[in-house]
Amino acid sequence: MAPKALDYESLNENVKKCQYAVRGELYLRASELQKEGKKIIFTNVGNPHALGQKPLTFPRQVVALCQAPFLLDDPNVGMLFPADAIARAKHYLSLTSGGLGAYSDSRGLPGVRKEVAEFIERRDGYPSDPELIFLTDGASKGVMQILNCIIRGQSDGVLVPVPQYPLYSATISLLGGSLVPYYLEETENWGLDVNNLRESVAKARSNGITVRAMVIINPGNPTGQCLSEANLREILKFCYEEKLVLMGDEVYQQNIYQDERPFISSKKVLMDMGPPVSREVQLISFHTVSKGYWGECGQRGGYFEMTNIPPRTVEEIYKVASIALSPNVPAQIFMGLMVSPPNPGDISYEQFIRESKGILESLRRRARIMTDGFNSCKNVVCNFTEGAMYSFPQIKLPARAIEAARQAGKVPDVFYCLKLLEATGISTVPGSGFGQKEGVFHLRTTILPAEEEMPEIMDSFKKFNDEFMSQYEDNFGYSRM
Amino acid sequence: MRRFVIGQAKSLSDRTRQHHRNHRFVSLFLPSSSSASGSVSSSRLFSSASDMAGSNSSSSLPVTVQSINPKVLKCEYAVRGEIVSIAQRLQEDLKVNKDAYPFDEIIYCNIGNPQSLGQQPITYFREVLALCDHPALLDESQTHGLFSADAIGRAWKILDQIPGRATGAYSHSQGVKGLRDTIAAGIEARDGFPCDPNDIFLTDGASPAVHMMMQLLISSENDGILCPIPQYPLYSASIALHGGTLVPYYLDEATGWGLEVSEVKKQVEDARSKGIAVRALVVINPGNPTGQVLAEDNQRDIVNFCKQEGLVLLADEVYQENVYVPDKEFHSFKKVARSMGYGEKDICLVSFQSVSKGYYGECGKRGGYMEITGFTPEVREQIYKVASVNLCSNISGQILASLVMSPPKVGDESYESYMAERDGILSSLARRAKTLEEALNKLEGVTCNRAEGAMYLFPRINLPQKAIKAAEAAKTAPDAFYCKRLLNTTGVVVVPGSGFGQVPGTWHFRCTILPQEDKIPAIVSRITEFHQSFMDEFRD
Repeated sequence: MAPKALDYESLNENVKKCQYAVRGELYLRASELQKEGKKIIFTNVGNPHALGQKPLTFPRQVVALCQAPFLLDDPNVGMLFPADAIARAKHYLSLTSGGLGAYSDSRGLPGVRKEVAEFIERRDGYPSDPELIFLTDGASKGVMQILNCIIRGQSDGVLVPVPQYPLYSATISLLGGSLVPYYLEETENWGLDVNNLRESVAKARSNGITVRAMVIINPGNPTGQCLSEANLREILKFCYEEKLVLMGDEVYQQNIYQDERPFISSKKVLMDMGPPVSREVQLISFHTVSKGYWGECGQRGGYFEMTNIPPRTVEEIYKVASIALSPNVPAQIFMGLMVSPPNPGDISYEQFIRESKGILESLRRRARIMTDGFNSCKNVVCNFTEGAMYSFPQIKLPARAIEAARQAGKVPDVFYCLKLLEATGISTVPGSGFGQKEGVFHLRTTILPAEEEMPEIMDSFKKFNDEFMSQYEDNFGYSRM
Repeated sequence: MRRFVIGQAKSLSDRTRQHHRNHRFVSLFLPSSSSASGSVSSSRLFSSASDMAGSNSSSSLPVTVQSINPKVLKCEYAVRGEIVSIAQRLQEDLKVNKDAYPFDEIIYCNIGNPQSLGQQPITYFREVLALCDHPALLDESQTHGLFSADAIGRAWKILDQIPGRATGAYSHSQGVKGLRDTIAAGIEARDGFPCDPNDIFLTDGASPAVHMMMQLLISSENDGILCPIPQYPLYSASIALHGGTLVPYYLDEATGWGLEVSEVKKQVEDARSKGIAVRALVVINPGNPTGQVLAEDNQRDIVNFCKQEGLVLLADEVYQENVYVPDKEFHSFKKVARSMGYGEKDICLVSFQSVSKGYYGECGKRGGYMEITGFTPEVREQIYKVASVNLCSNISGQILASLVMSPPKVGDESYESYMAERDGILSSLARRAKTLEEALNKLEGVTCNRAEGAMYLFPRINLPQKAIKAAEAAKTAPDAFYCKRLLNTTGVVVVPGSGFGQVPGTWHFRCTILPQEDKIPAIVSRITEFHQSFMDEFRD
C-alpha cells in the first residue's frame, strides 16, 4: 500500500510557512458564527460593495452592453441605456478582437493600455508608454509576477513596511525569499524615517541577504498615511543609492481624506528628480479597480507600469504573463472606464460625479468618525486615516489580558479580536497579521460599514472595549463608582 | 531556445545580443537531441528609447535579465511565442503594404481562442451575465422585452446567492457558495456520483488552479511531475517556474496517441533511480495538442496506477465537451475512479474544468475551477490558504462556470435556441476537424491522426534532409523553419511541435480547427499549395 500521495508532511514548505491573516483565523471564526445565525459585521477586508456601497452606474451599463452585444442591435436599447454608455460599449468592443469572450493580448488590450498611459500622463505630466503597462487579474497578480522575477532564493530580500498588507509577506514566503522589515513610526503618524531604512538594510546585509527591492504602499495599508513629496524623494534617492527596485503599491490613490498631503505618484516624483535618478531607478507602479471610489473588487482588474526596466526583462515578464494567456477582458474594460471616466457634457457625467463624490465624501466622514470613536475608548490610541480604507487603532492591552491570552494559547491581539467578535459581531483582523513592534498591539478594521450604521458600531466597540479593559486592568474587582 | 519578442510599436531597431551565454538551456521534454538543442533561434530584440539613450551597463541595475529569477528565464510557452510575434508584425505591415504579400490576412491558428475567429457566444449565458453585471436592469419593465424570461429568472437566482447581490464584492476564496452548489450538482448529474461543493475552488481560468497544485506539490527540483509528451506547455512552464522536474511519458503516435501505462511506469522508475520523488501524473483528456479521447479501460489502468504508486492524478478535462467521433465518449476521471469503488481514501484526484473551451469558448472571461478529492483536512487548509492570498477569482467568471455546468434544461424557454447554438457549434467543429485532417493527410510526407476531441490537429511532417539543413543554416529548429515559411507564404499561424514536445527527430505543428467554416477551403488550398512548393524546393 503506497504512501498517501499528498501528505501534509510532503507539502512545499513555503506553502506551509506563508500566512495571510486577512482571511485567516478571525475571518473563519466569524464565518462560523454567521452560519450559526449571529449578525456579523465584516470589517476584515477592503470590500466596499459587500458593505452596501453601490457600484457606479455608468461602468456597469457599459460592461453589460459589452457582455450582451445583441442588445446594441435592438431598437429599444435606448430605453434602457443612455447614449453615451451605448457609444462607449461600441468603443470598447471595437478594441477587442472578438468581444469579451476572446483572449486578449497577454499584456491586455492595446487600446485600454493606451487609455491607461494617457491617464498616467494627465495625472503626472510625464509621458507614459503603453508597451510598459501590463493589465492583470487584480493588482495582486501583478505584485506576485514581479516578486517572482526578483526573488531567486532565500538570500534575496525585499524591504517591506511594518505594518504591511500581508500579500507581500505571504508572496515572499511562497517564493522562498526573505522579508526585510522597515518599521513605520506610529508616533509620527506612521511616517517613514530613512534612517530606519538604512538600519534595516545594513542588518539584512550583515546576515548575508541581498536586498533587491523595496515596497511602499501609498496611501498605506493598514496604516492609511499619505507620503509627502519630500518623503518620496528620500525614498527614491535611497533606492538609487542602494540599487533597489521600488515597487509602488498605489491602489488607494483615489482614497485621500485630508488636504495637506494629496496623492503624488512615485513616477511623478521620480521624473521630477531628473537624471541620473530618473533614468536609473527601476520602478514598478501598481493600480486597481478594486479600491478608490469604484470598489469593484470582484472584477479582478489591475495594472502595473514599468519604468527603467530593460527590454530583455520586460520580455521575460511578458513571457510569464503569456502563460496565463490573458487577463479577464471585462475587468480590462472597467479599467479603461476608470482611467477615462465620463467628461463634462456627457449625458452620464452628472450622475457619475454625484455618485463618485457621494462615496468619497462619505468615506472622508467615516474616516473621521472611526478615528474619533477609537480615540474615545479606554487604552486605545488611533492615528487619523489620511487615506486608503482602514483604521488601525493601537490597543494597549493590560498585562493580565496578555496573560489570559497566553493561557488560551492565543496571540494577545488575536485573543482581543476574538472576544470583540463574540461580543459584538465585529470581525476585524488582529495587528499581528500586518506586523507591529514587539509588545505593541493593534487591530485593523475598515471604514467601510454604512455611514448610518457607524455610530452604533462604534458604540458597540466602545462598550466592549471599556468593559474588557475594566476586566483585565490591575484593579480587578474595583467597582466603577 | 525559443525567445520571446515584444513587438514594440515604437521599435527603433533590431539588435541581436549575446545573452544566451547567461541562459541555462534545458531541454524540458527530451533526452538531448541534436536537432532540438542545436536550434538556437536568433532572437530579434527591440529596444525602447530609454535603452537607446545609453544608460549604464545593465549590470548596475538591480533587475536585469542576468539577475532575475532563473526559473523565469528557464520557463517557456510557445503558444504565444516567436511565431506569433512575427505574425503580429506582418499583420501591422499588411495594413499599409497590402500588395507586398501573397495573402490578404493573417489567420491565427496558434491558439484555442474560438471567439477571436468568429465563434459566437451562447446567447443565454451572455443574457444572464449582462443582468448580473448590471442588476438595476432587473427593476426595469423594458428588460422583459430585451431578455428571455428564464435568463431573468436565472439572474435573480444567482444574485440571491451573492450576499447583498454585490457582484463587485470579493467572494469566499473558493468562490460563491451557491455557485459551487450549482457546479457540484452539475458534476453529480454528469457523473452519477456525489460531489461536495467544498471540494470546488473557482479560479481565473483553469491555469491558475494548475499553478496552485504545482506550488503545493513542488518543493525542489527533486520533485517530479509526470507530463504527457506532447503536452500543453502550461505544464512544463509551471513546473519550471516552481523549480520542479518534468518527468515525460510519451504518447504513442502510431496508435492514435495512445497512453500506455507500461511507458508511464518505465518513466517513473527511471526518474526514481535518479533520485526524483515522482508526485503527480498529468493527464489531458481530451488531449491537447493530440486530440485523443481516452478509452474507459485505459482510464481505469491510469487510476489503478496512481493508486499503486501514490501519485496525485491531475486530470485536465477542459475539453470535456469537445468530442467529435461517435466511437468515443468523455468520462471524467472522478466518475471512473468512483465506479471502480475508489473513494476519498483511495486516490488523490484533482479535476480541472474551464469556461474557455467546449462550445462556449469564453476564453476572455477567465472562468474555471478545480475539484479536489482525497486530500486530508490539513492539506485542504493549505490549499484554501494559498487561494485566499489572491482573495478570490473574478465573479463574472464564477457565474459563467456555474452556467456552463448547469445550462438550460428541457422545458426552459431558452432551451431550444441554446441547443441549436450548441449543436451548431459542435457539429461545425467536428466537420472542420474532419476536413482539415483529411487535407493534411493528403500532403506529401504528412500524416495526421484524427482529432477525436479538443480543438487541434497535430500533423507530423516528414521533413526532407535538405529542409533540415536549410533550417540549421538559418539557426532555426526544422519545424519552426517550416512554420515560418508557412506563415510568410500563406498568412496562416501555427505552432511548431517543439513547443509541445515530440519524439526526437520527428517534426509536427499544432493547428487549431477554429477558423470559421467558410474560411476553411481557402486555408486548405493555401496550405496545400505551400506544402507542394516547399517540397518542390527541398525534396531530397
